[in-house]
Amino acid sequence: MIGEFIDGPLWTFALTVFVIGVIWRIVSILLSGVRSDLAVPKGSAGNGAFRAMFSRFVPERTVTKRGKLQLIAGYAFHLGLFALLFFAQPHIDFFAQRITGFSWPAMPYWAFIVSAELAFAGLIFLWLYRLLNPVTRLLSDLDDHVGAILVFVVMLSGCLALAQSFEALRLLHLLLAELLLLYFPFSKLMHAFTFVMSRGYTGATMGRKGVNA
Amino acid sequence: MSETFDLGVEAMKAQLDAKVASYFSSCVHCGLCAEACLFYTETGDPHFTPIYKLEPMKKLWRREKTFWGKLGASLGMGEELTEQDFADWETLVYDSCTLCGRCSMVCPVGNDITYMIRKQREAFSVAGYAPEGMKEASRRALKFGSPMGVTFKTLQATLSHVEKDTGLTIPVDQQGADYMTLFSSMEIVNFPEYIESIARIFKSAGVSWTISSKAYEATNSGIQIGNKEIAAELVGRVVEAAEDLGVKYVVSPECGHAYTAIRWEGPNLIGRAFNFEVVHILELLEQLQSEGRLKLKSTEQTPMTLHDPCQIVRRGGVVDQPRVLLNSVADNFKEMPDHGVMNWCCGGGGGVSANERAEELRLEVFTRKKRQLDQTGVDTMVTACANCRIILEEGIEHYEMDTEVISLTELLAEHLQE
Repeated sequence: MIGEFIDGPLWTFALTVFVIGVIWRIVSILLSGVRSDLAVPKGSAGNGAFRAMFSRFVPERTVTKRGKLQLIAGYAFHLGLFALLFFAQPHIDFFAQRITGFSWPAMPYWAFIVSAELAFAGLIFLWLYRLLNPVTRLLSDLDDHVGAILVFVVMLSGCLALAQSFEALRLLHLLLAELLLLYFPFSKLMHAFTFVMSRGYTGATMGRKGVNA
Repeated sequence: MSETFDLGVEAMKAQLDAKVASYFSSCVHCGLCAEACLFYTETGDPHFTPIYKLEPMKKLWRREKTFWGKLGASLGMGEELTEQDFADWETLVYDSCTLCGRCSMVCPVGNDITYMIRKQREAFSVAGYAPEGMKEASRRALKFGSPMGVTFKTLQATLSHVEKDTGLTIPVDQQGADYMTLFSSMEIVNFPEYIESIARIFKSAGVSWTISSKAYEATNSGIQIGNKEIAAELVGRVVEAAEDLGVKYVVSPECGHAYTAIRWEGPNLIGRAFNFEVVHILELLEQLQSEGRLKLKSTEQTPMTLHDPCQIVRRGGVVDQPRVLLNSVADNFKEMPDHGVMNWCCGGGGGVSANERAEELRLEVFTRKKRQLDQTGVDTMVTACANCRIILEEGIEHYEMDTEVISLTELLAEHLQE
C-alpha cells in the first residue's frame, strides 16, 4: 500500500512540484528585470556571458592556493553525484521507464563505486568544512544543512538499494529522492540551475567592459 | 523605527533586480570569496567575507522574493530587516569594502558581489548609515563641484603655475575642441604635475583639448557613498558642459572610480547615452602612441612594477594599455605576482580613503600590497590613479618602506620628445 503510494502518486506529485517549482523560480528571477545598460560597450555581452559560463569551472589562482581542499572536495562531490545520477544502471532504467522512454549506456560497476566514493568523500568533507571553518560556519544557515543532509541520505539509501534485492530499500531511496525533489525548488539546491544565470549576468556585464571574467 | 530607515528599506527593495535575485539564489555559502578579499586575508576575521557584508540585503531578498520568506511574512514570522542591521553592517559595507571587485572574479557561481555591495550602499546612504567623511565629501561635491572643496579659482591658480612652468597656454572653455579633460581634486591639489604632463603631451601630439570652467572635476562622491541622485547630478554637470562645448570626447583622468562613474555608470545615471565618447587618459595615450603622435625619446633602466587601479583595470577594462605604455619607457618592467584583473587593491578605493574611521584598518590590510612589492623586489611602483597613489604613499610611509610611487602619465611626459 505505502509502496504503491511512493511508487505512484507521490512520485508524480514530487516530480510535478519539482518541475513547476524550478520553472517558477527561474521565471520569477527573470521577471525581477535588469535595466538595459546605456553605456557604450567595449566588448560583447553575449561572448562574455558564454565565456563566464565555462571559465568559472576553473578556479582563480588566489582561490586554488588557499582553498585547495575545498575545491577538490567540491569537484569530487559534484562530478561523483552527476555520474551516479545519470549513469548508474538503475537510474537509467528508471528514467527510461518513467520519463524519457529511451535509455543510454551505463557506467561499469567499478566506476559506480569510484563515483560513489568521490561523492561521499566530497560531501562529507564539505559538510565538515562548513561546520568547522569560521567563514563557512558564519555564513551557513538551516537551508545549507537540510540540503546537505537530504542529499547525503538519498545517496546512502541509493547505495544500500543498489542490489535491488530488498524492495523496502528501493522504496526508501525513492521516498527520500521524492522529498529531495519537493524541497529542491525552495532551497539553495536551486543553484544547480541558477548558476547559469548568475554566471551569465556577470559575464555579460564584464564582457561589455572588455574584461575576461 | 525612523522615517529614513523606511526610505532605506524601500531603496533596498528597488535594488532587488534579476541579477541580485540570481546571485542570492546561486550562493551556496562556500566562502571562497573571502580568499579574494584583502580585508579577510590580512586580518583573518570571517566577518570581512564579502558575501557576509550583504546579509541585510539577503535578509530582505529572502523575505520579499522567496517562498519561505513570503510564507513567514504572511504568518507574522521570520526575520525582518531592522534598523539595527543597518547600524551593525555600516562599517562592513563602507570601511571594509573598497568595491575593488576581486571577490566577483573568483565566485564559482559567478556572483558579482561588488555590484551588490554597491547597490546595498544605495539603501544605507538613504537610511543615513554612511560614514561622516563620505557624507561631507558628497555635500562639498554638490556645493562646490568637488569633494575636497576645490573651486574653479583653485584650479585657475594651479593652471597659472602650470602655464608659468611650461610656457604653455592651458585652453579653458575652448568651443569645439576635440577633447574635454577632467581632473580629480587629488590631482589639482596634490599632483599638479599630472596637469602639466598632459598639457605637454597634448601640445606635443597636437591634441585639440580644453578644460571646462563649469565641470572640471571627475571625482564622483555619489558613486562612492551609493547615492544615485548625487551621482547623477555630478555626471549631469559634466555632460552638460561637454555638450555645451561641443567636444567629441571627455577624458577621464588618472582616477579609478571617476572612470567607472563617467564611463560605465554615467549614461545609466542620467538615463540616456552621451553625445560624446568617454576615454580614459591611458586609452588616449596608447592611441596617440599607436598613431605615432606620442614620441618618446629614451627609456628607464630602473626596475619598475605596475599597480593596477581596480576601477580602471578589473572593473573598467583598461588592462593592456598601461602595460603597452609602461613597456615603451621602462626596460625593466616587472609584473607583480597577482596583476592585471587579479591585482590586489591599495585598500583605499570605494570611498575608504575619504572615511577617516577606516584608516587603521586600511593601513592594517596594506600588508597585502607590501607583500606583493616584497615578492616583486622592485622599488619603483607606477600607477594611474591619484587616489591609489596617495594611499600607496601612506602605506609605504607607515611601513617605512623604500618604494617610490609615480604616475604613468607623468613618467611618459618625462620621456617626451618635444
